[in-house]
Amino acid sequence: MDVLSFVIVGHVDHGKSTLIGRLLYDTDSLPPDKIEEIKKASEGQGKRTEFAYLLDHLEEERKQGITIDTTQVFFKTDKRRYVIIDAPGHVEFVKNMITGASQAEAAVLIVDVVEGVKEQTKRHSYMLSLMGLDQVVVAMNKMDMVDYSQEHYDKVKSDVADWLASIDIEPIEYIPMSAIDGDNVASKSEKMSWYKGHTFLESMDTLKNKPLPENKDLIFPIQDVYKVGEKRINVGRVESGVIKKGQDIKILPSGQVTKVSSIEKFLEEDVEKGSASECIGMTTEDSVFLDRGNIVCLPGAEPVVTDAITASIFWMTKHDFSKDMKLTLRCATQEASCKIEKINKRINSSTLEVIGEDADTIKNLEVAEVVIKPKKPMVIKDFNDVQELGRFVLVHDGNICAGGIITTEN
Amino acid sequence: MASNLSQLDKLENQSIFIIREAYSQFKNVAILWSIGKDSTTLLWLVRKAFFGKLPFPALHIDTTHKFQEIYDFRAKYAKEWGLNLIVTKNEEALAKGVGPDKGKFQCCNELKTVALKKAIAEQGFKALYLGIRRDEHGIRAKERVFSPRDEDFEWDYKNQPPELWDQYKTKATEEEHLRVHPLLGWTEIDIWEYIKRENIPVCDLYYAKNGKRFRSIGCETCCGPVDSEADSIDKIIEELKTTKISERSGRAQDKEDDYMMQKLRSLGYM
Repeated sequence: MDVLSFVIVGHVDHGKSTLIGRLLYDTDSLPPDKIEEIKKASEGQGKRTEFAYLLDHLEEERKQGITIDTTQVFFKTDKRRYVIIDAPGHVEFVKNMITGASQAEAAVLIVDVVEGVKEQTKRHSYMLSLMGLDQVVVAMNKMDMVDYSQEHYDKVKSDVADWLASIDIEPIEYIPMSAIDGDNVASKSEKMSWYKGHTFLESMDTLKNKPLPENKDLIFPIQDVYKVGEKRINVGRVESGVIKKGQDIKILPSGQVTKVSSIEKFLEEDVEKGSASECIGMTTEDSVFLDRGNIVCLPGAEPVVTDAITASIFWMTKHDFSKDMKLTLRCATQEASCKIEKINKRINSSTLEVIGEDADTIKNLEVAEVVIKPKKPMVIKDFNDVQELGRFVLVHDGNICAGGIITTEN
Repeated sequence: MASNLSQLDKLENQSIFIIREAYSQFKNVAILWSIGKDSTTLLWLVRKAFFGKLPFPALHIDTTHKFQEIYDFRAKYAKEWGLNLIVTKNEEALAKGVGPDKGKFQCCNELKTVALKKAIAEQGFKALYLGIRRDEHGIRAKERVFSPRDEDFEWDYKNQPPELWDQYKTKATEEEHLRVHPLLGWTEIDIWEYIKRENIPVCDLYYAKNGKRFRSIGCETCCGPVDSEADSIDKIIEELKTTKISERSGRAQDKEDDYMMQKLRSLGYM
């Protein structure tokens, strides 16, 4: 059975965890002892049965009624299995929301129709847009609080649509619902007969798995080199395209050319090829010495080798960026210490307001347009071409402090 | 039956990627092998990642309360797979009589967590591979693939590092070691379908005898069987498709109080 993963994002208290609890309950994904455990725990704290309890497992989360960290749960429909990634809606935990969103193939933006578009509605959806998550469904929640009014729904929907258009997100559809009561979640609601579209579950079944980039040019970043018997096996994951036995290959950044002697998998004989997303081993015909971070491609279809990277980055640590901060850039298996040479713009990730130009600091939650100089040449692609070589992270003292999207190849 | 194949391939590739990534960063690592189905599946994937020969030890935390079948299985496959097996016990606590009858929290903490601390201190491991999965327990669902522990072994679950696009955390100065979780995204049914596809040996306790089988195996003293007629892998897979019972329903440490698992884990439990 196929599996699709989607993340649920949106402002705090707009109902993410409740929607997920409702989905698990309505798709019969909960064992009776789980339901009991939750009822008991809710009573223990003097609350009525709270679906959010299913996900908010940490003591602090339950007592404060908030989600702190991203979590993943599973359910299935007749069509396929789903992984739901819950993301916290509180501004404190945006890095956890980004962690969740980076693992998803689609996103659900939940909006409370009473409150409408709020700070995290904007920030979260802007992050989705930056990260290239283009399958977005909007769940218009808490319709029970506005008497299931179509007029109210249309007004809020138009606000959401205006915002999303400004950040280049074209949602697949909008669904009016009440997650707490289950209206339009798993079954059509009689209270909103004016709504003719999909239920939430039907809508999920229309989403598509992210296609594997098998038809693109070969990108095979070397992860490590193992000595097995007499063989030097270069291991890694094929990020795009296909690598075949006997093929001419080029190794970047050195530019050396050689041939694939064999494709290696444990306990498998005569492997002919490795395709996008496969972890394989490869030996070469000449005794060229590859290393972690080398990028194998096909002669004539090389990505760009550069020492200046233009990118949009999102800063997600409380430690402000300053010019003397030691940073390491990691892109696929490549790694180099680097400097942010120029900060063209600092942007508020919720209002999109430009905070500063030609700046020398970046603060938590801001997006910045920058030029980065790595200490050695890096092999990159435009994000819209091959995402795996078009995105990177910046690391400071072992911690990831920013994610980046390469906007133009220099 | 074959419909899950592509999903298993995805999971296998993702796990092998994570296993190789951690080894490339840390070198001085070990796999925590509880001899159960998950860590044995993980061991299988590690063998695949390194073309059959593990370049690091397998570590078994022995509470001395394990089932005989577990000890037999350990002996057989440690030999067959040529493992560098390290067995570690908290001898001091055992000598003092720490056991399940004197409090489960203390027992799990002393005989598992403290024993693990001792092994890490002695061997200087920088990272450990663990076979935990998100669908086992709500607390484990919050885990990262690379999860740091500080010098007191504590898990700072309120401030976990971001993890995106298969870029994981490296060790920061104040951190003791990292836990690496290559099976986080697998479900129980994925594990069994993979065991079937790859023909991975698992301990007999998982197969029903006299109407009972173990779904999750811990210590003999603190883990009970579930009612089941599933005496083959196919029957187990069928059973899991319809069952409404939680996998760890037979495990005492998940139950004691609402947050026992969180408390155990924040102190360094698996």
